[in-house]
Amino acid sequence: MGRLSWRLAEVAEIRSETPRVVTIALDVPGWEGHRPGQHVDVRLTAEDGYQAERAYSIASAPAEERVELTVERLEDGEVSPYLAGELRTGDRLELRGPVGGYFVWEPDRGGPLLLVAGGSGVVPLMAMLRQRAAAGSQVPARLLYSSRTLEDVIYREELDRLAAAGDGLTVTHALTRAQPPGWTGYSRRIDAVMLEEVGWRPGERPLAYVCGPTRLVEVVAGHLVALGHDPARVRTERFGPTGVP
Amino acid sequence: MGGFVSRGFKRRRQADAGEAKRLPPGQYAEPGFPVLTAGPTPRVDLADWRLKVEGLVATPQEWTWDEVQALPRSDFEGDIHCVTRWSKLGTSFAGVSVDTLLEAAQPHPEASHVVAFCYGGYTTNLPLDDLRGGKAWVVWEHEGQPLPAEHGGPARLLVPHLYLWKSAKWVAGLRLLDHDAPGFWESLGYHNRGDPWREERYWGD
Repeated sequence: MGRLSWRLAEVAEIRSETPRVVTIALDVPGWEGHRPGQHVDVRLTAEDGYQAERAYSIASAPAEERVELTVERLEDGEVSPYLAGELRTGDRLELRGPVGGYFVWEPDRGGPLLLVAGGSGVVPLMAMLRQRAAAGSQVPARLLYSSRTLEDVIYREELDRLAAAGDGLTVTHALTRAQPPGWTGYSRRIDAVMLEEVGWRPGERPLAYVCGPTRLVEVVAGHLVALGHDPARVRTERFGPTGVP
Repeated sequence: MGGFVSRGFKRRRQADAGEAKRLPPGQYAEPGFPVLTAGPTPRVDLADWRLKVEGLVATPQEWTWDEVQALPRSDFEGDIHCVTRWSKLGTSFAGVSVDTLLEAAQPHPEASHVVAFCYGGYTTNLPLDDLRGGKAWVVWEHEGQPLPAEHGGPARLLVPHLYLWKSAKWVAGLRLLDHDAPGFWESLGYHNRGDPWREERYWGD
């Protein structure tokens, strides 16, 4: 593999996902493709030459034409307020990638698949689910997704559609702060009971991918191992020193 | 890509001059201590914990928890740098110098590289010279407290002059080799050496 060079992408579209989250669709000339779960590095350069770099998970499936990044605006951040506030269609963005080869799932890796997300941790998992659907994969998959409130759920309608396709995907939401009237999903943080109810039995040997803020990932991965899942089949990705959802 | 400017982007974080000088290229100062791990945090019972130095050494070593605590204490105070772009400035760790461990094991002259291996299965590779000469530690204290499990406790390797994935968490031992053998992240696209001042993040950097 050669050097990962910086290249200029063009912002083709920006979509609002939630009040704090946007998806940026990029045209990336010469993009060689990626694997679901990988990320890119984004580099911003100010007029005085100051640069800031951060990594963002790719949300789109490799089968899609554009590379999409879904970014949560962190108020005390430096890069995300620009990406999720200042950036406009037609702007250019410097990036390099794809990066990362471990937190990756492709349909030929098989399953069953257990995906556990907290907040914007759903982004790399969405790339996996989108690729699963694009490939017509029937690998049984379960997504357990924790958000603060219903309006903070990223990709809500698309997840509803994917789950309704009847191809072996179930989506279960947990809302930790507030629930709409008549809410029938979970109303608490993800815990061991929930993982037992939603997840696969250890004997079914699921492949687990857990992504979210550090505390959620620590708790979920710890519970999965305590429930008897093989630690080597639990892959994690964490972000943020402070609790994001 | 010289000359590209991100329209409308302005610096939001003002690093003071002293801080700026301590930040390698592409890094920012992070007051917290983020956790990044590829899998579940292993839980290691201190009664079963061992630290080994093996491979191309005259006298392979294996220390228990109590034995390693009895080795001469060595402190590190300084900065650490993660490839995900945060740096933690002015932090401290305590444990034992890797020089002390190597002195006990006596590396063979042909030993040139090391694989650090860990509880949980993680590995990382380093040139032996990056572990010698007061540059590397096995630590079990962070800022005066026992090292938390999510940061690698009971004990982790600490090689602060390289990106932090080289500072293997939950270290179980060092294996000395006469050749290089890429470890976990080094086999998955990350740079073989990982010097933050040369910004060696990925293959080919």
